[in-house]
Amino acid sequence: MSDLDMQVDLGGIRMKNPVTVASGTFGYGKEYAELIDVTRLGAITVKGIRLQAWPGNRLPRHVEVPGGMVNAIGLQGPGVDGFARDYMPFLRATGVPVIVNIWGTSEEEYAEVARRLSEVEGVSGLELNISCPNVKEGGHAFGTDPRTVASLVAAVRRATRLPLVPKLAPNVPDIKLFVRAAQEAGADALALINTLPAMVIDIETRRPVLANKVGGLSGPAIHPVAVKLVWEAAQAARVPLLAMGGIVGPEQAIEFLIAGASAVAVGTANFIDPTTPLRVLEGIEMYLRRHGMNAVAALTGSLRTE
Amino acid sequence: MMMDVTGRVIGQTPLKAGYWALDVETPGVAEAAQPGQFVHVRVPGLEPVALRRPFSIYGAQGSILKLLYKTVGRGTAQMNRLVPGDTLQVIGPLGNGFPLAPQGLPLLVAGGYGVAPLSFLAGLLPVKGVVLIGGRTADDVLATADFERLGWTVRVATQDGSLGEAGLVTVPLDRELARLREAGVMPELFACGPDGLLRAVGERAVQTGCRGWLSLDKHMVCGVGACLACVQTLRRADGTEWIGRVCHDGPIFEAREIVW
Repeated sequence: MSDLDMQVDLGGIRMKNPVTVASGTFGYGKEYAELIDVTRLGAITVKGIRLQAWPGNRLPRHVEVPGGMVNAIGLQGPGVDGFARDYMPFLRATGVPVIVNIWGTSEEEYAEVARRLSEVEGVSGLELNISCPNVKEGGHAFGTDPRTVASLVAAVRRATRLPLVPKLAPNVPDIKLFVRAAQEAGADALALINTLPAMVIDIETRRPVLANKVGGLSGPAIHPVAVKLVWEAAQAARVPLLAMGGIVGPEQAIEFLIAGASAVAVGTANFIDPTTPLRVLEGIEMYLRRHGMNAVAALTGSLRTE
Repeated sequence: MMMDVTGRVIGQTPLKAGYWALDVETPGVAEAAQPGQFVHVRVPGLEPVALRRPFSIYGAQGSILKLLYKTVGRGTAQMNRLVPGDTLQVIGPLGNGFPLAPQGLPLLVAGGYGVAPLSFLAGLLPVKGVVLIGGRTADDVLATADFERLGWTVRVATQDGSLGEAGLVTVPLDRELARLREAGVMPELFACGPDGLLRAVGERAVQTGCRGWLSLDKHMVCGVGACLACVQTLRRADGTEWIGRVCHDGPIFEAREIVW
């Protein structure tokens, strides 16, 4: 192990290895603590929170589809104070960097959440959720216009010195516009991709399966989409990229790194095999050894195109 | 303490139409299992990225875990093919079980495969009581012999009248409740089945002034409280409401907790 340099600096979030978990798929860390050694993760990314507690959507909130699932949880969460009180003690005790996914319904709310979390000991960085397809008022509304992305990131930038990692929407015509807008407004790193907007219909009842009617597609089905977007984003990015979308084993994570990501997040696969993040980590290490590389950073952006 | 283990199939028996009993060796999980808890199973034969399926626990003997399930979709259809020696990943035991120290005479109310955790429960309760089993037809009435072997009184109702008395299981339930009321005996209700049955049992617990323990069945994803797919609005003793996770805060709730 010691012969490999697995460290990653994700825009100021110092990870001992490049593997974290995707927001919303790992709760607040402690839910999975009996099934996986969470202290071995490069970071723990928690479920999205806003200023106040939020109830989320009605049920059904998920449906299985070939190659993944469609969810519309609706960002249920405990709010900043509930999060700090109920979940941060466990997270601090892990000694692992904590990335908090945040959202709001206005620039002011995002900024206020960022300001309040800056005062919570143990928060290592903020992932700005500007691309959740499941909440009308917040999230996605900010993520599909580069000007609103720039304005929002700048507003949050003024509110905190914590590393900022906007999570970009995949369903945009040119991801590079969003990469540039976010980094020029002060983003320290970028996360991509969020789920793809999706819908499933029950043909017998002719009703949408999800109570929210539409949701977000995740799982292996979206992985090639994510690789293409990460590769494109990397061509415009001056900041490190955190890539996610359909990782089920080390191979998909390594693809992301080659495409230009510095770190990766395991999402839906946590539900199926909670040890996936550690299998991914061990698989990346084996790959580096097999290819005679001594640092994971050497893999980032190593795509050969000619 | 939940564990993620590789289970080994010991045997599988077809019961009545579409219902199966599956025995799986799951060291650590079976020994810790309590009635009302469940396991989250990665079904072999489905694509590797298929979500896990939750199953309530029918029984546990040593390291052998017993499941009773109905074939309802492509996951359970694949489970039908399991033969001795097959392996499958099992996370469990999960959730909170039924309380094992009833304050009244236990009345167990089952609908369909809802008998599974109640059979396990009957074997561990310190008092023998009455089990009421309902189903659409005779084919949906299972495990009656389990309860008889334990010395429990069994009452059966089917909607088409093909076994026991005709009608919903609430008909014999109401008769038992009336009988106990006349005898001055306080009951304690335990139920597992479809939402309509649970709600009806919950209403009777409130009317009777006894405790009623209901096992909720919701579609789950993670099974451990992380994903928030299986939430249920609940009521605290002070009347305030909160959103619980059926997998983590349940699946057993007291009737008064549930906001239907």
